[in-house]
Amino acid sequence: MKERLSGNEAVATAMKQINPDTVAAYPITPSTEVPQYFSSFVANGSVDTEFIPVESEHSAMSACIGAAAAGGRVMSATSSQGLAYMFEMLYVASGLRLPIVLICANRALSAPINIHNDHSDSMGVRDCGFIQLYSENNQEAYDNTIMAIKIAEKAHLPVMVCYDGFITSHSVENIELLDTKVVREFIGQKKLDEYLLDEKRNISMGPLDVQEYYFKHRIELAEAMEQAKDIVKEVSDEFYKISGRKYDMFETYKLEDAEYGIIALNSTAGTIKDEIDELRENGIKVGLLKPRCFRPFDYINIPEALKNLKSLAILDKADSVNGFSGPLFSEITSAMYYKKLNVKTVNYIYGLGGYDIKKDDIKKVFDEIIEISKSDKEFKVKRYIYNEMEGK
Amino acid sequence: MIEIRWHGRGGQGAKTASLLLADIAFNTGKYIQGFPEYGPERMGAPLTAYNRISDTRIRIHSNIYEPDYVVIVDDTLIGTIDVLEGLKKDGAILVNTNENIEDIRKKLGGFSGKIYTIDATKISREYLKANFPNTALLAAIVKITGIMGKDELEKNMKEAFLHKFARKPEVIEPNMQVIKKAYDEVIGG
Repeated sequence: MKERLSGNEAVATAMKQINPDTVAAYPITPSTEVPQYFSSFVANGSVDTEFIPVESEHSAMSACIGAAAAGGRVMSATSSQGLAYMFEMLYVASGLRLPIVLICANRALSAPINIHNDHSDSMGVRDCGFIQLYSENNQEAYDNTIMAIKIAEKAHLPVMVCYDGFITSHSVENIELLDTKVVREFIGQKKLDEYLLDEKRNISMGPLDVQEYYFKHRIELAEAMEQAKDIVKEVSDEFYKISGRKYDMFETYKLEDAEYGIIALNSTAGTIKDEIDELRENGIKVGLLKPRCFRPFDYINIPEALKNLKSLAILDKADSVNGFSGPLFSEITSAMYYKKLNVKTVNYIYGLGGYDIKKDDIKKVFDEIIEISKSDKEFKVKRYIYNEMEGK
Repeated sequence: MIEIRWHGRGGQGAKTASLLLADIAFNTGKYIQGFPEYGPERMGAPLTAYNRISDTRIRIHSNIYEPDYVVIVDDTLIGTIDVLEGLKKDGAILVNTNENIEDIRKKLGGFSGKIYTIDATKISREYLKANFPNTALLAAIVKITGIMGKDELEKNMKEAFLHKFARKPEVIEPNMQVIKKAYDEVIGG
């Protein structure tokens, strides 16, 4: 069905169609509308979810952990400081291998306080053991939310669905919705193996692990994340059959014959696609790679897709203060090094606190990396896409 | 693709107007974007909202820097902020004002492009007994852009109002009067 919805409305609609057992959430801009819309679905009886309006995000994730451990299908939503406040419980969720789906409308972290979009929040928790799916627009946010349920339950791992705060969360755009019946058939009933409310089999979750058990469990968690790649692909292929929309670990746009490449997450990818079309009209062969899945990360096929480039720009919407680079750059260039791929690569930190990225900015990025590809001179690796304010 | 930038003040409904315009353009089969630029929101503070309307899928996700149309919800914003910034040479500006076009042109520094005016505040006061100029401006911008004809506009607005004012059905008819009046009364070019 064709609709026009904001990203938050789209995700809340997906949640209504999923009809989870439990949703526990605490409001924070720009994801507030997700639990807000969802609580109205609870109130008007269109879902039979147990909605727990908790007093903090720490409690939201704690309640999700309890409900998921008990055997429920569980969801929550947050942003920014809310995700930061969940930090310690995120590790508990993944360590206990609980298939919780957490919606993250990406927003900058304080201080200074800022409600706008960047990826500091989800990148800040990238090592916590959640699968991370990134979404270019409302359609991808909706689709990823539905797929996340199935991926989480198959991988026995929690999943975070990320999309840009305000840019996607509050912008109304066209979208294709699936029938609720189709969504429910796709996700099916949750298959229960080990859960706390199993009266036939008593288990405990989260007791003390001594050294060798702890390490073993951490290795198992890493292996589960590695194996989740196949699950992401498998679920995406199944989703294609019901929707006609193709998803994979990453998407490429006109990259096959490109000489110059660019990599970016979420909504910026759309702006880049428009600029690529314009540059190609002038005969400049440029292409995009958009990671959809940041955890697990496709360390094998991403470098492979970049191997014919003369130069590459990797855009990070999060800084690593005094790190050699932003997070996306470090992951990708490490994988490139391992594959002995020597493409000149520049890291652009952009859009912090919602600082708008325009087509012109993308053009300048391409201009710079084309220049770098032609020169033997050393170049500055980490750059900021920022124009000094006049007179301030 | 048509790109529209709305300038209003917090509380005047510029954001609602952009979302309503997206809504009715969607109903005619267009691809749409409607989004406000959230700043430090306060009643009366300058606020910007945007629309993109296209026959093909819209991928760009930046703000609008070179609009085809600018809508001024509050004419006291002229001179306060650069409302003409980036407006295309063959673009047009629609102003809610009780002044005539030549006076507005002077205030816009002799702007040589198309100027349209409508006294949306007066229309709103007359039919809605309150200052909600956004509905009248919505009808005016639809006429100027030719996104849809008057009949289609009325049909779509009626549907949108039935949804939006489901709990206040008594305000639907006055708002429909505003739509009709504003569509006919907008002048300029």
